[in-house]
Amino acid sequence: MTAAPLLSVSDLTIDIPLGGRTLHAVRGVSFEVSRGETLCIVGESGSGKSLTSLALMNLLPGRLKRAAAAMSFDGIDLLSIPERRMSDLRGDRMAMIFQEPMTSLNPAYTIGNQLTEAFLRHRKTTRKEAFGRAVYLLEKVGITAADRRMKQYPHQLSGGLRQRVMIAMALMCEPDLLIADEPTTALDVTIQAQILLLLKDLQKELGIAIILITHDLGVVARIADRVAVMYAGELVESGPAAPLFQSPAHPYTRGLLECIPQPGKTRPGEPLGSIPGLVPSLTGRVSGCVFRNRCPRAEEACSGEVPVVAFGDARRVRCLFAEGVR
Amino acid sequence: MTVPPILELKDLAKTYQVRQGMFSPKLPLKAVDGVSLSIPRGETLGLVGESGCGKSTLAKLLLGLEKPTAGEILVDGVAVSGASWRKELSRRIQPIFQDPYSSLNPRKTVRRIVAMPLEVHGIATAHERARMVEEILDVVGLPRRAADSTPNQMSGGQRQRVAIARALVMRPEIVICDEPTSALDVSVQAQILNLLLELRRDFGLTYVFISHNLAVVEHLADRVAVMYLGRIVEDRPAAEVFAGPRHPYTRALLESVLTPDPALGVPDTRLGAVFPNPIDPPSGCAFHPRCPHAAERCRGDAPAPKADGGGRVACHYPIERTA
Ligand SMILES: Nc1ncnc2c1ncn2[C@@H]1O[C@H](COP(=O)(O)OP(=O)(O)O)[C@@H](O)[C@H]1O
Ligand SMILES: Nc1ncnc2c1ncn2[C@@H]1O[C@H](COP(=O)(O)OP(=O)(O)O)[C@@H](O)[C@H]1O
Ligand SMILES: [Mg+2]
Ligand SMILES: [Mg+2]
Repeated sequence: MTAAPLLSVSDLTIDIPLGGRTLHAVRGVSFEVSRGETLCIVGESGSGKSLTSLALMNLLPGRLKRAAAAMSFDGIDLLSIPERRMSDLRGDRMAMIFQEPMTSLNPAYTIGNQLTEAFLRHRKTTRKEAFGRAVYLLEKVGITAADRRMKQYPHQLSGGLRQRVMIAMALMCEPDLLIADEPTTALDVTIQAQILLLLKDLQKELGIAIILITHDLGVVARIADRVAVMYAGELVESGPAAPLFQSPAHPYTRGLLECIPQPGKTRPGEPLGSIPGLVPSLTGRVSGCVFRNRCPRAEEACSGEVPVVAFGDARRVRCLFAEGVR
Repeated sequence: MTVPPILELKDLAKTYQVRQGMFSPKLPLKAVDGVSLSIPRGETLGLVGESGCGKSTLAKLLLGLEKPTAGEILVDGVAVSGASWRKELSRRIQPIFQDPYSSLNPRKTVRRIVAMPLEVHGIATAHERARMVEEILDVVGLPRRAADSTPNQMSGGQRQRVAIARALVMRPEIVICDEPTSALDVSVQAQILNLLLELRRDFGLTYVFISHNLAVVEHLADRVAVMYLGRIVEDRPAAEVFAGPRHPYTRALLESVLTPDPALGVPDTRLGAVFPNPIDPPSGCAFHPRCPHAAERCRGDAPAPKADGGGRVACHYPIERTA
């Protein structure tokens, strides 16, 4: 039996008009997430991860153009849904933790107000219950003196604390889908571990689907059920986490893994792998494999059409010379 | 006769006076609290610990950017003090900071930025300085034409190369790297780490390498010092620390490192997320409220660092050696 995925996106494209020209920031991105599952979107900065997540929530800045062949959440067509209903979904059934916490914290309201606001709006509940839940979640994300914090304003908190408030806020309504954009990047490794553990626990308890966006392959390996590797606006490879790390198919995925020191694998003091060159310009016509100018395997054919091929156990790769594909 | 270490810190301390609220009185905050360390020439000391534990303050003391409240810094066995302490330190010790965006003036050309330390110290003629700048840009792998660009025209990795060039143009013996790759993408981080390794070998540099990424520290460091609330809790050869930490805090930090191994899940360090308030530190061992092994003695009695194999550990009940 295969249940229908909670969220599915097919052929998502995001164009950014730049005075006459167009930046093709995200191209042909397709993925699915099921209940109780964690999908990690991993890629370096500028690869289009944040834009992709904003597009799912219909929160792209106005002049950016989103298009897709299909995009649905629990049977709801996200491409045609009126903005009023979309805004009901956001903050209730679909929640997002933003990379930059100040974009979603209002400087004029206390932390307590902001934590309880959506909960009170979406739920039949009392102020007292909302307050209790907020304090509980603040403690869960490692904030001490939570009662006192509830009365403070965002500017009175450090960046790390704000980030944790954001996480608590996203969890207030027990969403079905949580999109977390680099939720732990700015935090200490100790707190990172704690927060990832919290997300995992909540997922087990409530069956939340999580899309976690990160540039950290360590985070991905430890919490992803499935992984999507993004490079220069495209998904170059996706599939279940274990086989993907075991035998990465795309040269970019392999290159990334070779760049990080891995205790027990890399020898201290020896040079690490590197990916020479720069990401190509994505304005104007973009064709062929986007990684070819940096790829050790690239050949003539890579500047032509490069289709996504399915192989192995639910894996997909966009490469003519992918490892493990016959 | 034994050679003195290139860098030695004796009971180094820095206390700030801070207010918690606008009208509250100033209270002492011990950012660095009795730190003693010794670094032989050519070695790399990795300095790790959670944010707020005092790593950057220690870096600033070493760079002469802050004046110690107490204690001494010795370079080649000679205490750095007196009126010229700051200038003396900055000739021999140079920094590379985390954020090349804020530590480089975005409107000056790379040529000006890199030549600046030479000008400040009145080293060489203008003509010689120009040649030294070009040489060092070669060394850090920046193309000659980059000399006339400004940092805001460059990528993060290139900016970090500029910062490294600026540090090395002085031909320092010691380089203090404070989170030098934390703002960079992994592919760029690898390039910068490779460059730092190369420079260490070619110039015989001594590094103090501050990072929250313990996998990176393991890759670079000969020795590791673990800092908690201004104090060093464990200071041992890197290979020993990574094979078997002795302080429970070190172990928790090591467990928190997420290696890209999908067979392992998210670790439960049982640490509690709460980093203590540095103005009101816990009694006894400052780590005791978070320590899974804390006993009565740890609450009342602060452990002094004790010799331990090739280093020192400050814990009443260190973790048993496995090997
Ligand atoms: N509002 C915007 N206007 C113009 N360009 C943008 C905007 N937002 C993002 N971009 C560009 O789109 C690309 C993808 O950005 P983003 O999704 O933020 O990347 P990531 O989150 O993977 O770092 C980048 O090249 C970025 O510069
Ligand atoms: N200039 C300063 N004035 C007052 N307190 C400071 C100052 N610089 C740092 N501190 C405090 O000293 C402690 C250590 O800070 P820091 O050295 O920056 O830590 P780290 O680099 O390990 O994150 C922190 O509690 C910080 O708030
Ligand atoms: Mg982003
Ligand atoms: Mg610091």
